[in-house]
Amino acid sequence: MNPNFLDFEQPIAELDAKIEELRHASHGQAFNIDEEVGRLREKLKVKTAEIFRNLNSWQTTQLSRHPARPYTLDYIGVICEEFHELAGDRMYAEDAAIVGGLGRINGRQVMIIGHQKGRNTKDKVRRNFGMPRPEGYRKALRLMKMAERFGLPLLTLIDTPGAYPGVGAEERGQSEAIARNLLEMAELKVPIVCTVIGEGGSGGALAIGVGDRTNMLQYATYSVISPEGCASILWKSPDKVRDAAEALGMTAPRLLELGLIDKLVREPLGGAHRNPRSMAIRLKAVLLNQLDELEAMPVTDLLQQRYKRLRSYGAYQE
Amino acid sequence: MNWLQKIMNPRTRPQASNGGKGSVPEGVWEKCSGCGTVLYKPELERNLMVCPKCGHHHYISARARLDALLDEGSAQELWAGLEPTDPLKFRDSKKYRDRIVATQKKIGEKDAMVAMSGRLKGRPLVATAFEFAYMGGSMGSVVGEKFARAAERALADRSALVCFSATGGARMQEALFSLMQMAKTSAALARLRDAGVPYISVLTNPTTGGVSASLAMLGDINIGEPKALIGFAGPRVIEQTVRETLPEGFQRSEFLLDHGAIDLIVDRREMRDKLADLLGILMKAPRAA
Repeated sequence: MNPNFLDFEQPIAELDAKIEELRHASHGQAFNIDEEVGRLREKLKVKTAEIFRNLNSWQTTQLSRHPARPYTLDYIGVICEEFHELAGDRMYAEDAAIVGGLGRINGRQVMIIGHQKGRNTKDKVRRNFGMPRPEGYRKALRLMKMAERFGLPLLTLIDTPGAYPGVGAEERGQSEAIARNLLEMAELKVPIVCTVIGEGGSGGALAIGVGDRTNMLQYATYSVISPEGCASILWKSPDKVRDAAEALGMTAPRLLELGLIDKLVREPLGGAHRNPRSMAIRLKAVLLNQLDELEAMPVTDLLQQRYKRLRSYGAYQE
Repeated sequence: MNWLQKIMNPRTRPQASNGGKGSVPEGVWEKCSGCGTVLYKPELERNLMVCPKCGHHHYISARARLDALLDEGSAQELWAGLEPTDPLKFRDSKKYRDRIVATQKKIGEKDAMVAMSGRLKGRPLVATAFEFAYMGGSMGSVVGEKFARAAERALADRSALVCFSATGGARMQEALFSLMQMAKTSAALARLRDAGVPYISVLTNPTTGGVSASLAMLGDINIGEPKALIGFAGPRVIEQTVRETLPEGFQRSEFLLDHGAIDLIVDRREMRDKLADLLGILMKAPRAA
């Protein structure tokens, strides 16, 4: 099995390997294999479309965590022509699980903040698998307030399994750090556009996820608890992750239907990791559109609308 | 085992539940989980469920708490008709629908929060309390909505807001709706802050997860009850993550006080006086008797 492919992606992996093999074999050979490669490529496309047409929620969850999936800095690299990362919470430490900084998109000045996972083992550890400690959230808050002071719109990219559940994080006030961000973001006097690009893991995701628009990439997930956590608490069995993923309704199409997100951003065939560049370009277009819309509004209207939006979340009767 | 039980037929003998140290007849007596003393329940209730021997704070219902806080005869319940729905048709080993019906019947509350307006030593107050017995005091749409309305009512009336939390966090069965209640309640509190209307959050045993990471930690003043478990992640989750046993007293009120997360710890029996005094100063009113 190719580790860069998920189990349900294996048929894609096999076709991919076959094409590579043929191309390799044809090197320096006289006979023409273009026709055969073309045929296989077509087959690959059909197969991929077929697999991705009927993904279940657990498969989508796996995709949202795909090891090859683009992360925040990958998007920033394509979206921004200029980016200057800013570090530190000015109180305790620098937390590499969240990155943020000043950027320019099509000439437009913005503040960008996002969760950041690592690619290799060392980087994964340094970034704590994208699980921020209070310092990460406090750095994010510092940058948000800076954005407010200088009138820069805020873009956030969400991709975390959740806030880190550790002793130090508790000692330094993980709860307060998250809560503070929710309160401050509700009233930040600049437009805020939030996009879930991978895993939207509960409070750890929401802590940079309150704003005027919530986008989700097609195969991203957003949930109050991981399917694993939910299965072990409610089903008392870790084998029930598939049921839990389904029950939690954590996929973009479902959340759009429930009115909990504003926009689903389509991914390239086979997922964002098959073509990160085209994914980033597509996202950039969406973000620029939303910024146009939001920046045209007077701040009082913007905040009024934001409050109304936040206030409307909920399903109850009386 | 007493002499009477000794001579009784073992099959009809009442089961000793506390390691054979003697059974406590249901309803009238309660054994203190702090010191083991058998307490007369009506007396324990008069003492706001605090053990008169060791000071251990036992579970107290949301209603009993608000009754004890507000001036006699002043309390009016708010939005009592708010009820949960099941937007996701959630089903684990049981249907969420069925859980709601069974819990409502058992607990006598429609959801996990009670809200009241009333007076505290003569001054108007909006007070809310989590009912922990209702699905672990979990916050779904109803809790979020009720809290947001309470904050908006306090803002409109310029009266203080107090919330007693006792909760495991967000309610899983309402999934992302529950998570969004964190944003909703925090947004409502932001407006209170701007208007200078005081909000005191009282964190009681336990206050964890999505509630501690939103409305419970956002008080102008955060008060802990003695030895209450307060934290973002539950101790079991942390133990699994760090793979070591947690230190004694970790995530208890006293620990949070030491680490600067709460302002003070107040005994439940002194809560009413303390809240009245604090609010009196914040609201620039004379000290109430």
